[in-house]
Amino acid sequence: MDWLNALIQGTLLGGLYALFAAGLSLIFGVMRLVNIAHGDLIVLAAYLGLVVTSAIGVHPILAMALVVPAMTLIGYALQRGLLNQTLGDDLLPPLLVTFGLSVILQNGLLEGFSADPQKLSAPGLETASVALGSISLGVLPLLTFGIAVAVIWGLQWTFYKTSLGRAFRAVSDNQDIAQLMGLNKRHIFGLAMALALAVTAVAGILLGLRTSFDPSSGGGRLIFGFEAVIIGGLGNLWGTLAGGVILGVAQTIGAKIDPGWQVLSGHIAFLVILAIRPQGLFPRMSG
Amino acid sequence: MILQLDNLSRSFGAVKVAQSLSYEVAEGEALGVIGPNGAGKTSMFNLITGTLAPNEGRVIFDGQDVTGASAAKRCRAGIARSFQVPQPFSGMTVFENAMIAATQAADLRGAEAERHCLHVLEQTELLAKANVLAGSLTLLERKRLELTRALCAKPKLLLLDEIAGGLTEAECQSLVQTIKDIHASGVTIIWIEHVVHALLAVVDRLIVIDFGKKIAEGEPRAIMESAAVKEIYLGIEADA
Repeated sequence: MDWLNALIQGTLLGGLYALFAAGLSLIFGVMRLVNIAHGDLIVLAAYLGLVVTSAIGVHPILAMALVVPAMTLIGYALQRGLLNQTLGDDLLPPLLVTFGLSVILQNGLLEGFSADPQKLSAPGLETASVALGSISLGVLPLLTFGIAVAVIWGLQWTFYKTSLGRAFRAVSDNQDIAQLMGLNKRHIFGLAMALALAVTAVAGILLGLRTSFDPSSGGGRLIFGFEAVIIGGLGNLWGTLAGGVILGVAQTIGAKIDPGWQVLSGHIAFLVILAIRPQGLFPRMSG
Repeated sequence: MILQLDNLSRSFGAVKVAQSLSYEVAEGEALGVIGPNGAGKTSMFNLITGTLAPNEGRVIFDGQDVTGASAAKRCRAGIARSFQVPQPFSGMTVFENAMIAATQAADLRGAEAERHCLHVLEQTELLAKANVLAGSLTLLERKRLELTRALCAKPKLLLLDEIAGGLTEAECQSLVQTIKDIHASGVTIIWIEHVVHALLAVVDRLIVIDFGKKIAEGEPRAIMESAAVKEIYLGIEADA
């Protein structure tokens, strides 16, 4: 029963990892940009959540109503103002610029909030649980997983059922032809980053509710996000959710064997899958 | 005048793809363009659509100087093209390819955009393939998709780049009929084509391009009979 419990807890944790990964996956899918600052942007969102909750005293979940639009605007401005200039045939400039951005964000947060670990508190929500037979499930992990599924479904729907999604896919497919069809790729990329950071905002708040965070927490979130994307296969958002779940389950199973093995066993699962299926489990995109 | 090229020049190092190229296209006209391979015909289209910037000269479309305008802007203004080598969004369906042009370039919305796409797909005989991924189409179907996408953008000026190349005689005939219908509906056309009989069935006027220069211009049949064209295509000395 303990193992079943670990499996279920890991699955629910996977929802959070899928939220870390969804933004990365979206950005890479649309504009082939690898965003090294993604983890730090998640942490930035958590800090924005902290500012909002302490300034106006609302519940962290409600704080999303402000943090999500704020991150959306930051995403659009960041893309139009900075990242679009780095995109081209060479993959290196965006890597370097987002790496630099990561350093700036970490130090900016350190300056503004000190290195003390912070946490978003929601007393009722953090401790609430529902019993399922002999297993007790936390309401927060359940909520996180539910939000992850809803977000992935929403992104998938946006991609395949809306005019904006068609534009994303057209730009992803062939930038030059998309331009000729009247699409402004700079604007489309801006919208993609805005959407990605909206998801990041949700992920950041849920991260802050689950664990404590500090300005240097971003790197770890970035790695988990990357691993979930790669395990699931590029270009497939449901695959990303599956990747997050596999990573989460590997971590909780590892932690069950020995608490110190949590992160390590996640990496091992990632490496094993990478060795057996380098393209990921459910790839939709080649290259 | 819907389009006016004013002294356009562009070179890549020593290679001149356009040399003081000037001509005008009247609204509703169908202009044919011929010339040997490498004469700069496709580059001329790139200059008109904005994917290539000229070193000198101006492009005036619909009364506006669009020389500095982006390809996207020119497309919205009403310049659409089909590519010689079809370049569909291969991961998207035929209908989605059409919808991109209708929603982005022609600014149509929702049901109106869908209706327009269905109408064009019927015109270009691709309706049966609407839900097929563009990447799985045959060459002929890809050429039809090029035409479809261009038309979904509701162009004032349609640029066709060797759209009849590689088709069978029967296919060519039906395509010519389609293009005639499009022209009759009021769309101005510039058509680059090596399949001369297809071209002559549609165009009102012909220009000949070689080494990026316009070397002849006028009534199609007279041009085809002219010494300059014979020299280029048949290697007969003009003054022999």
